[in-house]
Amino acid sequence: MADLVVQRDILIEAPVEVVWHTVTAPDQMSLWFADRVELVVAPGAHGYLHFGDQGGPVVVETVEPPTRFSFRWNYPVDEVPESGNSMLVEFTLTPEGDERTRLQVTESGHELRDWPDAERQRYAGEHRAGWEEILGRLDGVLVVRPR
Amino acid sequence: MTTLTDDALWSAVAEPSRRRVLDLLVSHGASSAWGLAGHVSISRQAVSKHLGVLEGAGLVGRRRQGREVLFEVHPDRLHEATRAMAELATQWDRRLDAIRRLAEAAHAETKRQEAVADDGHDATEESE
Repeated sequence: MADLVVQRDILIEAPVEVVWHTVTAPDQMSLWFADRVELVVAPGAHGYLHFGDQGGPVVVETVEPPTRFSFRWNYPVDEVPESGNSMLVEFTLTPEGDERTRLQVTESGHELRDWPDAERQRYAGEHRAGWEEILGRLDGVLVVRPR
Repeated sequence: MTTLTDDALWSAVAEPSRRRVLDLLVSHGASSAWGLAGHVSISRQAVSKHLGVLEGAGLVGRRRQGREVLFEVHPDRLHEATRAMAELATQWDRRLDAIRRLAEAAHAETKRQEAVADDGHDATEESE
């Protein structure tokens, strides 16, 4: 499947366990993400992100300490979050020595659900060049990710 | 709560087969649904449906030329769509930078406390 993905990363001067805590602990998430985070960090757990007087639901997908954490958000409050109606945020933490960590985040959009696999795979290969050319101004911000 | 400036824009370009139709319009210029369907392995009906969504998001417009209806890209709107995604990326850059500052401050504080504990330990040893 090809997916439109925004992908960014950063190098942090701290061990991977410290970065993991900052990324996943709800009290820490409220410092870098939402104003208030109601969340149990466990696969399948449903929570809520408060942004001022607004907010929205969030559901945890992957929890693999200290390297992988993902959740879905931006879906209608009365719907079950899945690939077609939500945004998937995935964090990957990679130790670089004892005191450095590479933190990568990807946010991917609504996928195509009713597309045969063979067609998707063919598309992923042949489409990459064209779309990246159109969005060339974004300079590495966007990648079309086959999976 | 959405981080996107325009959900319609996002969902219009986030779907791969619609992006392919959009790509074709960009590279071929104004085209009919029939003309586009000739370049992709999807039906004219599917192409028309994608064009409808792109049109609804304002990315594509239509004009009549003789007996044909031609579709073409609205460059301003496409620019807006790419800018929306660039903003999404910028938001993540800001969040990652906030994570970096928090994690590095927490790590520095841990090291400082360890250093203090070590000093205290040394002092105890010296006094003995």
